[in-house]
Amino acid sequence: MNGWLNILIQGTLLGGLYALFAIGLSLIFGIMRLVNLAHGDLIVLAAFVILAVMTSFGVDVLTALAISLPVMFAVGFVLQYVILNRTLGRDILPPLLVTFGFSIIIQNGLQEAFSADSQRLSAGAIETASIQLGGGLAVGVMPLLTLLTAIGVIFALNALFYWAPLGRAFRATSDDPMTAQLMGIDNRRIFAIAMGIAMIVTAIAAFYLGIRANFDPSIGPARLIYAFEAVIIGGLGSLWGTLIGGIILGVAQTIGAHINPEWQILAGHVAFLVILLLRPRGLFPRAFD
Amino acid sequence: MQQPRYRIETAVEATRIFAFAGIGLVVVLVLLPFFAGRGLVQDLIFVFYMLALAQLWNLLAGYAGLVSVGQQAFVGLGGYMLFAFTVYGGIDPLLAIVLAGVVAFLLAFPTALVVFRLRGAYFAIGTWVVAEVYRLVFAQVKPLGGGTGTSLSVGVINGLFGIDFLREVFGLRTSLARDMVMYWTALALAVGTVLVVYFLLRSRRGLGLAAIRDSEVAAESVGVDSFRTKLWVYVLTAGITGMVGALIYLQTARISPDAAFSVLQWTAYVIFIVVIGGIGTIEGPIVGVLIFYLLQNYLAGFGTWYLILLGALAIVIMLFAPSGIWGYVSARFNLVLFPLRRRLVRLNTEKVDSGE
Repeated sequence: MNGWLNILIQGTLLGGLYALFAIGLSLIFGIMRLVNLAHGDLIVLAAFVILAVMTSFGVDVLTALAISLPVMFAVGFVLQYVILNRTLGRDILPPLLVTFGFSIIIQNGLQEAFSADSQRLSAGAIETASIQLGGGLAVGVMPLLTLLTAIGVIFALNALFYWAPLGRAFRATSDDPMTAQLMGIDNRRIFAIAMGIAMIVTAIAAFYLGIRANFDPSIGPARLIYAFEAVIIGGLGSLWGTLIGGIILGVAQTIGAHINPEWQILAGHVAFLVILLLRPRGLFPRAFD
Repeated sequence: MQQPRYRIETAVEATRIFAFAGIGLVVVLVLLPFFAGRGLVQDLIFVFYMLALAQLWNLLAGYAGLVSVGQQAFVGLGGYMLFAFTVYGGIDPLLAIVLAGVVAFLLAFPTALVVFRLRGAYFAIGTWVVAEVYRLVFAQVKPLGGGTGTSLSVGVINGLFGIDFLREVFGLRTSLARDMVMYWTALALAVGTVLVVYFLLRSRRGLGLAAIRDSEVAAESVGVDSFRTKLWVYVLTAGITGMVGALIYLQTARISPDAAFSVLQWTAYVIFIVVIGGIGTIEGPIVGVLIFYLLQNYLAGFGTWYLILLGALAIVIMLFAPSGIWGYVSARFNLVLFPLRRRLVRLNTEKVDSGE
């Protein structure tokens, strides 16, 4: 009994990480209907940026994250403003193919700059710290922080959307880009800011990814797929749905890994496909694609 | 007064010349292995199967609007089926290629059931997830080598239909005869794929496909069954992709899940070929595969920089010349080698707007 409760808890905490992967993807789809095939590689890029800041300035991982946040915001802003804005339109091919091209460029660029070796962000003693819950159950401090951060990020983004003028502009362009433009909103700038914010969330996801596990330049596509599965399971347009989607994926993978370690990833995919068959629009759909 | 009369035409002047040149080219290619070096023959096998894959992806994405980044699912499936049929079924490899295509065709139906629930860009990632599922499942199949893969025995490959004949009649060495049989199979698949795509697009169904591409709502309102048309294209492409995959792994004679279901090798390269050559035309992938072959030959040694260059090239073309190299050439010189666009040509030249 405790075994299954433990699986459920560990899976839920893993889901927090997947939700962090997925929030950026969900955000930019919601605002500009852009599906970014380079999203996973941008997560890995952020992890390498944090690593590079740590090694070149000799700072700890949290300071490195703080320095990396504005850097990643700038990366997202420029990427969207200079290139991706040109691809938006009725045709879905240009954004897909351009981001797919970026996916290849980022992977190989990182390999050129940092080699194909596995890397890790070291955070000291907190990496292995855990809290005893009694009854033989324990939760790691870092996994718990990951889930709490995901919840905090969603609260912050929802507050931005519903209370801040910038959020109003986001919602307006999402609903009707043409009319928003007539009301004096510069869509190109709004989209660039949205991508910048998505990259900030991505950097936070990369921080937890890098402390939790090894990473190398080739792991981006798998992170994209997890993020995508979490978004679809949860339903488009709902950040809380994305969190639930991430948790379902995390629990499914943990159950799979418990039965046979080789089945972890497969179990996640199967859960995704089953939900897609039963509920094609996800569990909590709000937007139409 | 006389009513104006029209005729529907598809060809332009260059088309008719090309039709003869094309037949000549195929004849030359068929005879080529008798006087070309072994290196060129093996290179051309690669060119042929990449051309077939590019044509198929172009049909999916450029015509049916089904942007798949998961075609490696069917390449890998075809490859694994070839191994299963030849190693465990004792079937001749050439027949096994056809059977592998049939399996890919049949499995495309349940696959479509899942991925057709997603639209547009989400369809793209959905196909990728399915390809990952195929990869992870085949990594669990221990008789086919599990996660590390397996090799074909020399006996199986040398049992290939036609090898004995070539050895006896032309006195060729086995290895050379093997290359020739594979070369002709690859050529047949490439030419066959081009013809299938061409005649499909010239058919009634192809007209429906073009209508869906231009406006799905309008096409449905005049009776085109969009779902069935797309499904048909999807399973047909999957079947031929499976055959190409089987041929690829007959040639390499070694298969592993990571290579057989590689998104870079079987989808990213293919997309680059189509985008660089020109999406939405049959000529585009042909131009693209020649450029890709040259780049691969001269630049592949640069490894990561080569891939960065390919990615950048695809992005630049997508942004500034979305119709690709062929699109530019075709518009500049009014060249159409595979006529698909139907144009109205007026037959009588008298004025018609002068009467009442």
